[in-house]
Amino acid sequence: MKRISLIKMKARQTGTILEIEGGSAFEKRLAAMGISIGKHVTKLSAFVMRGPVAIKVGRTVVALGYGMASKVWVIPNKK
Amino acid sequence: MGNSEQKIKKIALIGNPNVGKSVLFSRLTGVRVLVSNYPGTTVEFLKSKITIDGDEVEIVDLPGTYSLEPNVPAEEVAVKMLTDVDLIINVIDATNLERNLYLTMELLETKHPMIIALNMSDELKHRGISINKDDLEKLLGVKVTLTSGITGVGIKQLKENINKANPVNVATRTHQQRWIEIGTIVDKIQRLSHRHHTFLEILEDASVNHWWGFVIAVGAIFISFKVVRFIGEGLINYVLDPFFNSIYLPFLEYLSGLLNSGSFLHSILIGHLIEGKIDFQQSMGVLTTAPYVELVMVFPYVLAFYLLLSFLEDSGYIPRLALLLDNIMHKLGLHGFAIIPVLLGFGCNVPGILGTRILESKRERFIASTLISIGIPCAALQAMIVGILGGFGGRYVALVYAVLFIVWLFLGAAMNYFLKGYSPELFLEIPPYRMPSLKLLLKKVFYRIRGFIIEAMPVVLASVLVINVLQQIHLFEFISGLFGPVLSFVFGLPKEAIWVLIVGILRKDIAAGMLIPLDLTIKQLVIACVVLSMSFPCIATFVIFMKELGMKRLIQATMIMLAITMLVGGALNMMM
Repeated sequence: MKRISLIKMKARQTGTILEIEGGSAFEKRLAAMGISIGKHVTKLSAFVMRGPVAIKVGRTVVALGYGMASKVWVIPNKK
Repeated sequence: MGNSEQKIKKIALIGNPNVGKSVLFSRLTGVRVLVSNYPGTTVEFLKSKITIDGDEVEIVDLPGTYSLEPNVPAEEVAVKMLTDVDLIINVIDATNLERNLYLTMELLETKHPMIIALNMSDELKHRGISINKDDLEKLLGVKVTLTSGITGVGIKQLKENINKANPVNVATRTHQQRWIEIGTIVDKIQRLSHRHHTFLEILEDASVNHWWGFVIAVGAIFISFKVVRFIGEGLINYVLDPFFNSIYLPFLEYLSGLLNSGSFLHSILIGHLIEGKIDFQQSMGVLTTAPYVELVMVFPYVLAFYLLLSFLEDSGYIPRLALLLDNIMHKLGLHGFAIIPVLLGFGCNVPGILGTRILESKRERFIASTLISIGIPCAALQAMIVGILGGFGGRYVALVYAVLFIVWLFLGAAMNYFLKGYSPELFLEIPPYRMPSLKLLLKKVFYRIRGFIIEAMPVVLASVLVINVLQQIHLFEFISGLFGPVLSFVFGLPKEAIWVLIVGILRKDIAAGMLIPLDLTIKQLVIACVVLSMSFPCIATFVIFMKELGMKRLIQATMIMLAITMLVGGALNMMM
């Protein structure tokens, strides 16, 4: 299965986090909110014009800026 | 265990954002605190004292933080404060255990004596979560209490556990090791049961959707306006205005007769008689117009606004609005989260500017604070704008708002363009919806309203008093004559309007009230309302701006404000 970033995921699509780019500070900040490699993720919304992305991991909903979302890589689940 | 040699003198409540630390704090201490359902309500620490076994202990409520490596100023406050406490109460959102435990791991490594409050435990059942508290205690080695700040469950037990607190000897681990341990713990003590999605959960997902979210937002904003108008107008027309006219007026008429119209004391207390009668809106006396403006014209809208804002805060809707507005806010050099201080600014600019502490950079804080002080009229001023212009037709009220909104957008875009640096990205946890507790909500509104009355009334009464005295000793006209020509040339306003601007520095609502007796045209009124909104924020805002961002930034913001007020006021004067 091909990996895609959170940006490329469609709304309501689910997947598993494979890789987080952007340095350990960013990775730690995400982890502190419960977002880390191996976690199951659902994309809730995709805004136009490089807008933010809202995802759900476990019971936490987090809004990420476009740049941040582009650094989170996911293996999408098959429909 | 728990036999600490030194006495506990200082306790800190610490935990992730939006886990209910402040509700617990007010439960423990009885101190009133503002709480909401979004991360970052507490931007500075709050202190109080409680008695434990006869000893007085200081207890502090810290801003929420996800880890001990802070990312925003509010989090830094929390981490800094932690160094000199004797005991930590780690507050955990029980419905989100795994994530919350990361901070717990870090806190254990600091080797402070610690106890844990598993808060929001009242929500566990309907979310299908069960936690084995006793096993959690054993695994972590510290006392754990199931609590609910909203219902008060477990607070007594938590207090008792303070004396049983013990430091745990945990070695410093790496980031990865902490997560592995958390995984093991959660697997052992937490069970999730499957259940169907509730209506609230469906609404939760829909309101962050890139399509439904906007539909819901437009609906929410529309209903908000309707509710504020309904409550505000209802209170004015059916309660307060009738009360003033049928009960307070006869008393004033009696007093007016005693004092003799035209005497010094009459001019100050009652003001001018309009066609031989007291006119609450025009007489301008300390006992007539001053209380009428504040209590009849302003108070109902301030009350309505805070009722609504408090409901939105507690329900958890505001962070969703932040997500939806993120794109627009980026054009202004901010990100969506900045909508929170802006919304607070619509109530009063002071908490608005304080609220910018949730933003990461100095640049963002400067942009947000400047936009709030120039483009956002406080609730008291808005009430007056509606009161003064509403009679001429809703379109004039809309015009003032439209002008302010355009200024707000352009000013933000300009600052974003000219100021060095970039705007950080949105990074925000969106809490679940919660049905606000009516009791907590009403309490919060009560304290906000009380704060408003206590701060506003003395200033309003004193302003009217001083203006009336100045008029009596003829200094009034001297100053009007001095600035008058500039005012009439640029804004097309009469020279007396300078007093409106001067009083506006103290308080905007009574300043706007002073426009009424000036007998202005609708064009002049619109310009005056815009200029009053944009020009000098009231003194309280000035002070807080300086404290938060420094003198240099304040001077810069003031320059921008003066320039843009002249420009916009002048342009309106030419165009209308």
